[in-house]
Amino acid sequence: MSIKVSRRDFIKMGAGGLLGGIIVGGVPRLFTGLLNSASPVHAADGIGLEKHRWGFLCDNEKCIGCGRCVVACKKENDVPLGQQYNRTWVERYIITTDDKTFVDSPNGGYDGFQGYPPGPDVASRQVWKSFFVPKLCNQCDKPPCVTVCPVGATYKTDDGVILVDQDHCIGCRYCIQACPYGARYFLPGKRVVDKCTWCYHRINRGLIPACAEVCPVGARVFGDIDDPAGRLKQILSEKRFYVLKPELGTEPKVNYIGFEKGVY
Amino acid sequence: MEGFIYPNEGIIEWDLLIVIYPYITGLVAGAFVVSSLYHVFGLGRLKTVARFSLITALAFLLVTPLPLVVHLGRPERALEMFLTPNLTSAMSVFGYIWFFYLLILVAEVWLVFRQDIIRYARTAQGTRKTVFSVLSLGVLETTDESRSVDGKLIKVLAFIGIPVAFLLHGYVGFIFGAVKANPWWSTPLMPIIFLLSAIVSGIALLIVLYLVVSRIRRATVDHRCLHFMALWLGGFLSAAVVVEGLEVFSMLYEQEESWDIIYQLITRKIATSYFGIQFVLGSLLPLIVLGATALASIQERVKTGLIFIASSLVLIGVFAMRWNVVIGGQLISKSLRGFNDFVIPLWGLNGIITTAVIFALPFILLAVFTHFIPPWQEDGQKPERKPLGLRSSGLV
Repeated sequence: MSIKVSRRDFIKMGAGGLLGGIIVGGVPRLFTGLLNSASPVHAADGIGLEKHRWGFLCDNEKCIGCGRCVVACKKENDVPLGQQYNRTWVERYIITTDDKTFVDSPNGGYDGFQGYPPGPDVASRQVWKSFFVPKLCNQCDKPPCVTVCPVGATYKTDDGVILVDQDHCIGCRYCIQACPYGARYFLPGKRVVDKCTWCYHRINRGLIPACAEVCPVGARVFGDIDDPAGRLKQILSEKRFYVLKPELGTEPKVNYIGFEKGVY
Repeated sequence: MEGFIYPNEGIIEWDLLIVIYPYITGLVAGAFVVSSLYHVFGLGRLKTVARFSLITALAFLLVTPLPLVVHLGRPERALEMFLTPNLTSAMSVFGYIWFFYLLILVAEVWLVFRQDIIRYARTAQGTRKTVFSVLSLGVLETTDESRSVDGKLIKVLAFIGIPVAFLLHGYVGFIFGAVKANPWWSTPLMPIIFLLSAIVSGIALLIVLYLVVSRIRRATVDHRCLHFMALWLGGFLSAAVVVEGLEVFSMLYEQEESWDIIYQLITRKIATSYFGIQFVLGSLLPLIVLGATALASIQERVKTGLIFIASSLVLIGVFAMRWNVVIGGQLISKSLRGFNDFVIPLWGLNGIITTAVIFALPFILLAVFTHFIPPWQEDGQKPERKPLGLRSSGLV
C-alpha cells in the first residue's frame, strides 16, 4: 500500500514537525532560564550585583612604579608571563626640559623600573619631570569592544564590569582592535581573548582587586561609585580627576588623579 | 618596535589572512558589477564577458569566508556567528549578507546557464550526463515562455544583486572605518574607498583573466568589449584615487592629534607600499596608460598589451591598498607614540604559503566552473565545451 502525500501536505507536515520539535526542546530550557533569573546573584555584602556600580581610581601622584600590582595580577589571574600579556601595567613618563615626552613600560612594569635612563634619547637630555601611570581595563560604560564582538562573547555585567566568556569567544580579535586603551590581549594557549576583570571573582566575595590589595602606597582605589560613604567616592569628591581618551565617548570608569597632557 | 607602544600591542593580530579577505571580497563585488552592467543596464558590449564575470564572482565568493575562518583562534566555533549573533557587530552581519548574496548569485548563475545545462544533460554521456541532469534539477523542457520568465528573473536577481554586492563590500570598509580606536581606520569614507577599489580590482581582474583565458583558448579577443572594460576601469579608478587622496588630505588639513603619527606612518613606515605601489604604480601609472590606449592611435596588439599591463598593475595596487589599511593601521600604536613591527611569516597558518594557497583556490574553482559550464558566447557560434588546459592552448 502506498500513501499518497501531496507536496503541499509534505511541507505542512515537515513544518509542523519542526515547530513541535522546537517547542519540545525549548520549553525545558525556558523553565530553567526563568528559574535562574528568579534567584539573582548576590555579592558578598548580600546586595544584588546589579545594585553595585563599581569604580576605580588611579592616583598618578602616589604611584612609585614598584610593579607589585603587575606581579600580583599575573599571579592572581594566571596571566602568561611576557611583555605582550597584561591585564594591568605601569607606564613611566619622562618629560625633558626641551618639552619632549618619553614613555616606557619594560615588561609592563613587572620588574619595576630598575633601568635608567630608558634610552639614549633621554640620556642626552635634562629631565624636567617624571611620573608613573598605572593602566588597566577602563570597564567603559559604553564599551566599543562589546559593540563589535560578533558573537556576544564579551559583555557587560549588571554591575558594569566587562567580561569575556572564553568558552564562547571565537578568537576573531575584533575587540582587541576596537579597544582604544590596549587593554586586551590574545591568550596563546586557549586562543581566545583575555582582559582585566577588576578581579571579578574577588569583588563578588567582598574583596578588592589584587592590584589594589597589594599597592603599598594606595595609588589604586576600588569601590562602589554609588556608595557616598565609600573611600572611592570620598576621594573623588575632594580631588580633580580625569579619564583616558574622553573624546572617544567610551565613558571609562577608571579615574585618574594627577593627570598630565600627553597621557593617553 | 619604535617609540612607545602599549605592552599588549606587541603582536599584529590581523595578519596576511585579513589582508586577502577584503581583497577577495572586493574582486567578487567588482566582477559582479561588470555582469550587472550587462544584465541590468544592457551594456551590450560587455556581452562577451557577462557570463564569465558572473561565475568569476561566484568562484571568489565561495572562498571569501575561508581566510576568516582560518584566522580565527577557535575556528570550530565559527558557526556561532550565525547561531548567537551580536547584531551590533558589523562582523556578525557579514555572515548573513554573505549567505544572502551567495543565494542570489547561485540562482542567477543557474538561470543564466540553464539552457546550456539542459543541452548538455541531453547530449552528454555517462557521468557527465548525470552531473548535468542533477544540475538541471530535473527540468529538461523549456518553452519560449519559460525562457522569457528566466530572462526576467535574471534581471531581477542581477538588480537585487547590485545593492547586496555594494553592501557586502561597503560593509567590509565599515568594519575598519567604524573602529574609533584607530585613527588610520576611523573615517566614514572607508566604506566608499573600499567599494570603489573593489569595483576597480574586479574589472581589472576580469580584463586580466579574459586576456589570459583567450590566449589559452586561442580565441580572438573581442576588442570592443576589452576597450569598454578598460574605459570603465579608468573611470572607477579615477574616482577611487580621488576619494583615497581626499581621505588623507583632509587628515593633513585638519591636523588632529593623530596626524603626527599618521604622517610618519605614510612617509616612513609604509611609504613604499603606500606612495610607491598603491598610488604611483597601482593608480597613476595605470591611469596614464589607460588614458593613452583610449586616446592615442596605437596598434591594436600593443593596446591590448598595455591594457593588460595596466590592469595587472591595478590588481597589485589594490592589494597594496588592502595591506596599507589592514597592516598599516596596526603598525600605529594607539598610544600615538610609536610603531609596531610586522614580519610576514612564511610558514604556518598565517604565513605566505597558506595565504597563497587560499588565494589560488578561487582560480582553481573558476577553471572547474568554466570547464563544466563554458561561459563564452562568441557571436555566430554556440558556446562549446572545450577543455581548458595547456595542451589545448598549444603552449606545450
